[in-house]
Amino acid sequence: MSDTVAPEARRAGLRLPAALSASTPVFVLLGVLLIVLAFVDIGFYEPDRLLAFIRRAAPLIILAAGQYFVMVSGGFDLSVGSIVTVGVVVAAELFNIVPDMPWPVAVLILLVAGMVVGLLNGLVSTVLAVPSFITTLGMMLILQGAVFFWTQGAPRGYLSEGYRTLGRGMVPGLPWLPWAVVVLVVIAVAAVLFMRSDTGRTLVATGDNDAAAALSGVRVHRLRVSAFVLSGLAAAMAAVLVGGFTGISAQAGNGMEFEAITAVVLGGVALGGGRGSVVAAMAGALSLQTLFTLLTMLGVSGALESTVQGVIVIAAVALGAVSWSRRRRVPNSTKERR
Amino acid sequence: MTPLSGTTAPPPLSRVAPARSRAGLADPVVLVYLALVAVYLIGWIIVGMRGGDFVTVANTVTILQNSAALGLVAIGQTYAILAGSLDLSVAYLISLVTLITAQVMEAAGIVAGVAAALLLAGLVGLGNGLIVTKLKVNAFIATLGVALILRGYLENTYTGPAGDVPTEFQRLGYDRIGPLPVSVFLVAAVATLTWFVLRRTSLGHHIYAVGGDREVARLSGVRTDRTVIAAHVLCSLCAGLAGVFLASRLGAGAPLAGTDGQYDLVSIAAVVLGGSLLAGGRGGVIGTIGGVLILSVLDNVFDQLGVDPFFKNVVRGVVIIAAVALYARQSVARRRQQDQRRSG
Repeated sequence: MSDTVAPEARRAGLRLPAALSASTPVFVLLGVLLIVLAFVDIGFYEPDRLLAFIRRAAPLIILAAGQYFVMVSGGFDLSVGSIVTVGVVVAAELFNIVPDMPWPVAVLILLVAGMVVGLLNGLVSTVLAVPSFITTLGMMLILQGAVFFWTQGAPRGYLSEGYRTLGRGMVPGLPWLPWAVVVLVVIAVAAVLFMRSDTGRTLVATGDNDAAAALSGVRVHRLRVSAFVLSGLAAAMAAVLVGGFTGISAQAGNGMEFEAITAVVLGGVALGGGRGSVVAAMAGALSLQTLFTLLTMLGVSGALESTVQGVIVIAAVALGAVSWSRRRRVPNSTKERR
Repeated sequence: MTPLSGTTAPPPLSRVAPARSRAGLADPVVLVYLALVAVYLIGWIIVGMRGGDFVTVANTVTILQNSAALGLVAIGQTYAILAGSLDLSVAYLISLVTLITAQVMEAAGIVAGVAAALLLAGLVGLGNGLIVTKLKVNAFIATLGVALILRGYLENTYTGPAGDVPTEFQRLGYDRIGPLPVSVFLVAAVATLTWFVLRRTSLGHHIYAVGGDREVARLSGVRTDRTVIAAHVLCSLCAGLAGVFLASRLGAGAPLAGTDGQYDLVSIAAVVLGGSLLAGGRGGVIGTIGGVLILSVLDNVFDQLGVDPFFKNVVRGVVIIAAVALYARQSVARRRQQDQRRSG
């Protein structure tokens, strides 16, 4: 018995610090922010307000999980913000065209559409060998242009009450539990399980060194495409929540792509891929949302908020970089220039 | 006729000539300008069929005039991208520069206005470079963070247009030398200077080396940090010039001048469209100018056809992806050829 446990424990003991070192900064940051928040406003930790906070954070956390898949495999997805905007506007338009559509159908249509956009991103990036930065930037221009062209800046239609349940409603029978939190937990668990599966591990390996992965029999293209599909799916899910929570707007997803990327980088995921955990990426998103909330509570004017956000993001990433450069300098420098 | 000339002279010729011609069509810069000619011809035909005038002096001047601001930003972005970095803060920097230019000019005259603008731009570039090199923050996040800082300052300080540009200074935006607008000469001068810096100075060579492989450059004695910082300062200075130019066009400072033009992402797209490698180390300013002109000609065609401005973005996105896919295919094909030659 002890014979089988000991090596296991030793391996875990060795692995734990290595895993922590990448994501320590984000958990420290999150902890500090949450403690400061407690001092600023004790009432924040009342269950209903805490759950309301998590509900507000859910879309960004889901986006960060999707972005993580793409980034850890060595790419970028700049199109997720525009997918959120398009998702919100298209949903409203759907209900305009078919007023009595059951809401699960509308959600399903959005999710499939998000996956199709992700599939296109993935195919262009892999088969046509366009850098994903440019692919998804082009996709962002296309989607933004298309939604404004279609609506002329003023989205029509409405979102049915049923459709908005996921974003702002409570679970029946549990009046304190928002649906969005349930959705978030399900997606978070699914993301963690996925990353622990063989496919997930291969995804990280691909981001670390795609040539080596390809030589060991990984279908690199297929794997990368599925990362983009998952990112598109996550963005569409975020669109459903955002639409339910805030209603129709042609600016719904503005800047969310940068927030998601920032969140993932805060979580210690290296740009260029191959390192970092999905939990840390989601913690990065939660940290960002906590930061926004804190700034609002402190009464930092809406305009200055982005200045403070900029300073803190740079500082947090810089701190993360310090601990990294000590630990894994050599792999880091050879990796970034593939 | 002597054995010496017979053996030394011809072989290099025969070895070099085919290699050069093969590189010719695969060279991204050649492709960019071929694409530019194609876009121009197609535009001419389509606009002509609709009864519009395309190939006129007036319209050509319009195209050049409208490409000036993006041209300046994209030239700057070329420095950053070649050095293996990139700059997402240029859009907010441009907005801020238009405001500072106009306000200082109103108070203290033209020279002071331009000086203040360039000083501010240089400092922002220095900040970007220091954050990227000394704090080791990835350029994407570093310049995005700086963009957020500038944005907060802008939104907190300005609610609308501010400052006033003297009429004499507006001549920069509107005057012409012969048929050509002054702005064209400004862009040409900056482009020439950039070409000179990149191709003929040690800083330029270092930028390519650092962008190609930072570690190798460092090991061969390049001061990589300084090089990256210099690239960022030059990038921001170019964006600053774009801001000064826009202030002259608009007659006042405008808080949305930079973001409305989407100069951050579109300038990066223009550089990559011009055949530079997004990862750094390969490309150049000549290609960038070609990329900017392609976007500008497209814009002009759409304007003449009365295409919806939102729809223009859709086509712009498609063109950028398609163009970059074209180069990528070429380089993939070339690499495959090389691999085959090496293994065969």
